Amino acid sequence: MISVRDLHVKYGATEILHGVSFDVKRGETLVIMGGSGSGKSTLVRTLIGLEKPSSGHVLIKGKDVAAIREAELEEVRKKIGMSFQGGALFGSMTVGENVALPLREHTKLEDSTIEIMVRLKLEQVGLEGFEYYMPSQLSGGMRKRAAVARALAMDPELLFFDEPSAGLDPIIAAGIDQLILELKRAFHMTILVVTHELASAFLIADRIVLIDRGKIVAIGTTTEMQSSIQPRVRQFLDRVPESETAQESDYLRALTEERRFGRA
Amino acid sequence: MELVSQIGGSVTEGLAYIGSLASLGGRAALDLFIGPFHGKPVRLRRAVSQAMDVGVRALPILSLITFFIGLILALQSAYELRRFGAVNYVAATVAISMTRELGPLITAIVVIGRSGSSFAAEIGTMRVTEEIDALETMAISPVDFLVAPKLVAMIVMLPCLTIWANAMGILGGSVFGVWQAGFTFVRYLQVSVDALILRDITTGLIKSLMFGATITAVGCLEGLSTGVGAEQVGRSTTAAVVKSIFLVIMEDLVFTALFFFVGAQ
Repeated sequence: MISVRDLHVKYGATEILHGVSFDVKRGETLVIMGGSGSGKSTLVRTLIGLEKPSSGHVLIKGKDVAAIREAELEEVRKKIGMSFQGGALFGSMTVGENVALPLREHTKLEDSTIEIMVRLKLEQVGLEGFEYYMPSQLSGGMRKRAAVARALAMDPELLFFDEPSAGLDPIIAAGIDQLILELKRAFHMTILVVTHELASAFLIADRIVLIDRGKIVAIGTTTEMQSSIQPRVRQFLDRVPESETAQESDYLRALTEERRFGRA
Repeated sequence: MELVSQIGGSVTEGLAYIGSLASLGGRAALDLFIGPFHGKPVRLRRAVSQAMDVGVRALPILSLITFFIGLILALQSAYELRRFGAVNYVAATVAISMTRELGPLITAIVVIGRSGSSFAAEIGTMRVTEEIDALETMAISPVDFLVAPKLVAMIVMLPCLTIWANAMGILGGSVFGVWQAGFTFVRYLQVSVDALILRDITTGLIKSLMFGATITAVGCLEGLSTGVGAEQVGRSTTAAVVKSIFLVIMEDLVFTALFFFVGAQ
């Protein structure tokens, strides 16, 4: 479904991803895990074509997202649903209008049909009856659910989640995990989740990719991950803090690098 | 040498900025005029609601400001005209300066303050909250969805507002005319209308059309190029206002010079 080959991504002069390669199979749920600043969000943004790779390939259903023309990219994107970290609902529209937007834009369906589909999608995420609310009137968890409903509007084959449980309390976060599991069971969608929540990752994932400082440290099923003896994987799973010396040298390097860039 | 390279640098930067303005405006215009033939109708509802915001809601403040500008203009020109005993020329002076210059310019500046800044803030906030990214991932072009309706609203409403501003300015001038220069109200209006030729009005409207396109392009470009974080939205808004005012004045100069040299009677 997705295959990523030797992907490098740069922001200005700083390279964020240093040669990442992996595959996502049809119907599986892949979780991309990594600490803050590991490059996992950049990776997802590159997958949907929001960032351009400096080299390497991202193939979605056989099409290279980075190389195809805009019109073709739009066709690929219509088959992808994405739920953003903060929901990214349009504040000037009601929840219902948000969910209806992709349908209004890309289909020629009657308004009444769209209305029914919107209700259906909202029901799927447990938000029936909320179509006339404004996004600002919803709680964080509900906003995320609404964003998922919008992502589902076009019946995508691929569903991306950026930090689905960020900023939510454990109970609401568990609800979102449950929702992802339900979607997986009901529609056999290919799902890609970026998160740093260990519990949620192990609950929803078929396979896990662990990213650290722009490189893949490990790929494997949840059981493979749990029994891994690789030090970096263990450190992440056992939640061991970074050792002081390593942090100090990193810190110094960061400082001097910044000075160099500042002058350049 | 350093100075020369610095000047060169900022000139290239300025030209590049104008280039990206033109490309954004061009893309929006393409969506507007070519899009309908490719089955992408213009978002009329969004355009109308924008026009409401940009145009109709600006009327009270614009009326008040241009009314006073007209009055000030009358006072200032009468100060000089009085020395030649030509106070009754005040009507013609106000009418011509309003329609040719101040009507379009003051309207543009009021609209920059109200709408140019709000375009930048609105789109900038959408950039920060990933709403622009969301549009792109839904295969909806932000230019098509956000910029094009604003552009229609602006290029329709700004000339309308300018006509209104001209009228209010002349009305402001008439206060002085009736009060100090011995006109009756009707006579003042008559003299004003007689002093104007169609060309005075059309040149003003051509300018206002250009101003409208510029204000939209700058506001939207600043919004779209907002960086990460809330303070960046503030920066974009400021930049939109400052750059819009500067560009509008520059355009004004170019067009005024053009109208002066081309086809001067």
